[in-house]
Amino acid sequence: MSRIRKAFEEAKGRAAVIPYLTAGFPDPESYLRIAAGLLDQADMLEIGLPYSDPLGDGPTIQHSGDVALSQGVNTRKVLELTAELRRKSDKPLLLMTYINPVIAYGPERFFADFAAAGLDGIILPDLPPDEDPQLVAKARAVGLDTVFLLAPTSTDERIEKVTSYVTGFVYTVSVTGVTGARDRLPDLAPLVRRIRRFSDAPVAIGFGISNRETAHQAALVADGVVVGSALIREIEAGRDPAALLSEIREGARVE
Amino acid sequence: MYIEDFSLPDERGRFGPYGGRYVPETLIPALEELEEAYLKLKKDPEFLAELDYYLRHYAGRPSPLYFAANLSEDWGGARVYLKREDLNHTGAHKINNTLGQALLARRMGKKRVIAETGAGQHGVSVATVAALFGLRAVIYMGAEDVRRQALNVFRMRLLGAEVRTVTSGTQTLKDATNEAIRDWVTNVRDTYYILGSVVGPHPYPMLVRDFQSVIGREMAAQLREAEGRDVPDAIVACVGGGSNAIGAFAHFAYLPPEKRPRLIGVEAAGEGIASGRHAASIVAGRRGVLHGSYMYLLHDADGQIQPAHSISAGLDYPGVGPEHSYYADRGIAEYVSVTDEEALEAFKLLSRREGIIPALESAHAVAYAAKLAPQMTADEVLVINVSGRGDKDVNEVMRVMGEDSR
Repeated sequence: MSRIRKAFEEAKGRAAVIPYLTAGFPDPESYLRIAAGLLDQADMLEIGLPYSDPLGDGPTIQHSGDVALSQGVNTRKVLELTAELRRKSDKPLLLMTYINPVIAYGPERFFADFAAAGLDGIILPDLPPDEDPQLVAKARAVGLDTVFLLAPTSTDERIEKVTSYVTGFVYTVSVTGVTGARDRLPDLAPLVRRIRRFSDAPVAIGFGISNRETAHQAALVADGVVVGSALIREIEAGRDPAALLSEIREGARVE
Repeated sequence: MYIEDFSLPDERGRFGPYGGRYVPETLIPALEELEEAYLKLKKDPEFLAELDYYLRHYAGRPSPLYFAANLSEDWGGARVYLKREDLNHTGAHKINNTLGQALLARRMGKKRVIAETGAGQHGVSVATVAALFGLRAVIYMGAEDVRRQALNVFRMRLLGAEVRTVTSGTQTLKDATNEAIRDWVTNVRDTYYILGSVVGPHPYPMLVRDFQSVIGREMAAQLREAEGRDVPDAIVACVGGGSNAIGAFAHFAYLPPEKRPRLIGVEAAGEGIASGRHAASIVAGRRGVLHGSYMYLLHDADGQIQPAHSISAGLDYPGVGPEHSYYADRGIAEYVSVTDEEALEAFKLLSRREGIIPALESAHAVAYAAKLAPQMTADEVLVINVSGRGDKDVNEVMRVMGEDSR
């Protein structure tokens, strides 16, 4: 069983807590300190590769990416940060990246280098897996779990197709929209139920998780909660996001 | 009225390796729905008759194919014709596509349309058809373009559209497109996205190509009348995303090589390719993914998209349509580039010699034709696709040239 799957199993009595941070934001040093702090409470970490044109992201993550890019955080630097985090923690690390940086670096080399740095899985938000099954196979070949997204608009046909490429967990987008903190979420049960008909993989919910309540609502139906923009807003406000993450961890409790 | 069946894209939405659907999963069902609706309507006589009606009586098609006697004489080579897309309603070729897509949106029961715009020509065109068909329109435009094209912003608002200024990234067409896609991801259930060029995820490059391909079909019929033959020796068109060029090329591009005219796409070299400040995706780019499609692209070694530069807002885009990328690899079309300075000279030249003020975009095609025509012979025919008129650019040209209009 992969380290990611094991982390879901070990999160007893609650949904797995999966923070997302844009790599190198607000600066590489602070990022390492904040990420390591969050990893103490989290079950795994999502590392966001900063990108110039993040069309699945709302303003908070867009801005954090711009800040990181302006400080020279490139793919090479994100590799170093990943290796640093691996030295600090043995929890699963996932990379979330748009597809063009992967293509520009060369997919085989990209996956191999990140796997060597200690990465466990990859999330590709703008690659429907059936667009390029060979690329997915290349990630798998170096031992990376491959995580893909499903959305409220996904048909059963899409759910069946996409989950057939999933090894780590199914990343379920809570709303039609881009990333960003929201006050409340729609009823997530019907979508999760449909996904479970086609897949045994754990289901994590992301987009819009911002506090204890939304985390709890997601945890009631899913196996994991992803939180990103809300944490980045804390960092922007000069606060340690650990307090918010512990609140979310409380919300993720279902027993 | 009919829409040709082209052999590409394949059923996966690819032109060779180019194209595809690199978008968030949220949009996949909407793209599938759009493709299915379009493929059905493409063969629907009622839909085609409706499109034909509006193209004729509203847009003013067919656009003339004008023999440019003065330029032909000046350049002393080929017989030069101008395909006058600048004479369409709203002043550019964009209306061919927006009429088609608005009719499609209406058939699909969508009441809200969104669009991106660079120069503002596509935005004006969308605002126009939205007014015509009673659709609510939201247009995304980069802050930098809002500044350069204030007149078009006013026109869109006058037509009842909401213009949203985009301040992220480079604040130009690429960022306006990101923002339009984000809007679509959010409102996908009731919103139709009228993409303005032959870019974006499948089926857009096909859809926009099909609606624009009327340019080439008319050209063939008009040449038959004027010159007694269907195929010119060369067609020159400017290429940003590439919709006017595909519109002019597609009818001829799939002919056997020995019957095919030279198809020449002119990209914006901005301040010169060597300066790094240009928008020449094919001439100076590498393959990658932007806005849902695999194509030639301006990006750095890390795959971060690089800002494009051109005096012409409509060419200021770091990517180019997947079908052009394919044509380039296969040698079906040639791609060259022309600097801001050369385009400005051509802008003045067409104004002075033919009394036609072209869009700065189209001036790039004129500038290359000025190099090509003299190398051709008097029995050869060269067609320049004049994609739009220059009224919108007069302020910007005044700013760049100062008062020295001579």
